[in-house]
Amino acid sequence: MKITYREALNLSLKDCLNLHPNSFLIGEDVGAYGGTYAVSKNLLKEFGSDKIIDAPLSEVGFTGLGIGAAMGGMKPIVEIMTINFALLAFDQIINTAAIVNFMSGGQIHLPLIIRMTSGGGRQLGAQHSNSFEGWLAHIPGLKILAPATVEDARYMLIYAMNETSPVIIIEHALLFNISEECPDVLQEFNPFHAQLKNVGKDLTLITYGGMLPRCMQACAEMKKKGFEIEVIDLRCLRPLDNKTIFSSVKKNHRVLIVDEGWRSGSLAAEISSRITENCFYDLDAPVYRLCRKEFPIPYPRHLEEAIIPRFEDIVIKLEEILK
Amino acid sequence: MDTATKIKLLKNMQRVRTLEELCAELYTKEKIRGFLHLYIGEEAVATGVISQLLPNDNVLGTYREHGHALLKGVSAKKIFSEMFGKIDGCSKGRGGSMHLYSVTDRFFGGSGIVAAGIPQALGLAFAAKKLKESRRTVCFFGEGAMAEGAFHESMNMASLWNVPILFCCENNFYAMGTALSRSQSQIDLTSKARSYLIEAEKVDGMNVYEVFDKTKFALDYIEKEQRPFFLEFQTYRFRAHSMFDPELYREKEEVEKWKTRDPIELAKKEITKSFTDNENLLFIKEWEEIQHGIMLEMSEAINFAENAKVENFSDLSLEVL
Repeated sequence: MKITYREALNLSLKDCLNLHPNSFLIGEDVGAYGGTYAVSKNLLKEFGSDKIIDAPLSEVGFTGLGIGAAMGGMKPIVEIMTINFALLAFDQIINTAAIVNFMSGGQIHLPLIIRMTSGGGRQLGAQHSNSFEGWLAHIPGLKILAPATVEDARYMLIYAMNETSPVIIIEHALLFNISEECPDVLQEFNPFHAQLKNVGKDLTLITYGGMLPRCMQACAEMKKKGFEIEVIDLRCLRPLDNKTIFSSVKKNHRVLIVDEGWRSGSLAAEISSRITENCFYDLDAPVYRLCRKEFPIPYPRHLEEAIIPRFEDIVIKLEEILK
Repeated sequence: MDTATKIKLLKNMQRVRTLEELCAELYTKEKIRGFLHLYIGEEAVATGVISQLLPNDNVLGTYREHGHALLKGVSAKKIFSEMFGKIDGCSKGRGGSMHLYSVTDRFFGGSGIVAAGIPQALGLAFAAKKLKESRRTVCFFGEGAMAEGAFHESMNMASLWNVPILFCCENNFYAMGTALSRSQSQIDLTSKARSYLIEAEKVDGMNVYEVFDKTKFALDYIEKEQRPFFLEFQTYRFRAHSMFDPELYREKEEVEKWKTRDPIELAKKEITKSFTDNENLLFIKEWEEIQHGIMLEMSEAINFAENAKVENFSDLSLEVL
């Protein structure tokens, strides 16, 4: 059956709240409003205000509360409206959530989920369009998942709930309306492994999150031109699935990384560096990157579009590399 | 309060004082490194509060938390080993002075980020209420933390959601080197709590018996009313902020003036105020024995820490990605 990314997240939350008696969802407007992106629509009615908690606009406070509740034996799901606002909670996420297990000598386990929306493309201007997931992927002690498909939106959270360390789930603002087939039951599912979304022999195209649909479209376009592009959906931004990346690169010898974050110090830079360190003699060309151009996001559509990698930009870059 | 309880509190203060004095000594010998924040002068606060808690109760402290950990049940052996960076430390030696953790004692740090522990303590209290556990949660922070957003966000949520938590502000009048009147527009700290409709009271933080009584009232209140309570303990740090602090920001006379209200001396005076000469002599002897016992506890702990092993680097990879 086809469902949307939004519906998949909603079903996933329902499953988690039903499966784990000590779980709760907390965040801004998750209850009465139904979630800024309507992900938690109707959950307040179904689960009550004990499990669906509308928080005041206090990102540090309710993220810290989630950490404390996890220390105290609960399984909190913290929703931060967008990754832009998550900056206010970075102290809690980085200075405690990521490190407290290590710093306490392994005593404290934090079965904590933090969900947030990331990415641009909706003319929301410079403060609502950032992609900071690469920063979070810098931090040891965090696991970062980025569902780019309906199937991942449906099942990643459920698997993440079994972890005993913090997992951050990055949902993309442009994916909420995509509609795809989603199996009712999964035979095999590991949210921490990358997936080949298309098998090809001419080039390895590495991406994640909101850039995946554009990369798939570019891949189809390149097929018409006679090129077979192998597309890797990273799915998990930390820890990175080196094995899948390296084996594809070693087979295809050419790489393009498409990352919605800014180029300098980006996740793409990290992946590029790992490829160079591990697959240098298998490469027939430099490792190329296509990233967000280094401007704040402007409001006008044409300017925003010129900054975040488009399908057309990906195709042009692929043609350049394969020329 | 009976004399036995009064003496127990005095003894606990002295345990903290001795631990801290030995820390200072071990720091100059370079056995302890990094930051070291001593609690000397403020002992009545942690003692009066934590001495009446149960093992099941949650405590969350600041970076000046050695005494809080000791009083909550973390052994001096584990505390010294931690500060020596040894594997037998309460955090395996990884945390150091500012990051003492002991989940079995329900002691949750030890945070080096001012005010970061407040929402976490709120979460612990929130969880205990949701899970219907019979434990109380006590959160310590300095008055400096009250300028942080995390404090205000937590007060708001604690009140809004009826979270039974005891907020303990250790007001030692300096946020590192910045005096209260130079960092806060409203220096009546209890009024900040009241503005969130949280019951609040000022306490003489140099008088351990007043601390004990006011805390007892507050703990009963949070249990009965299932609401937060805020206590401001006015106290003073006799030593520098940390071992690197030349104390340029306060006058020696001010420090000396506060030292005339040394919480340990005040407690002794309170105990002996109606003693006969004979009772006084007996007390002096008992006090000597108590001090001797404490010295024994601490020197055994230091010996233990000296001989403890360090963690192998190769074991680290087991726990972090």
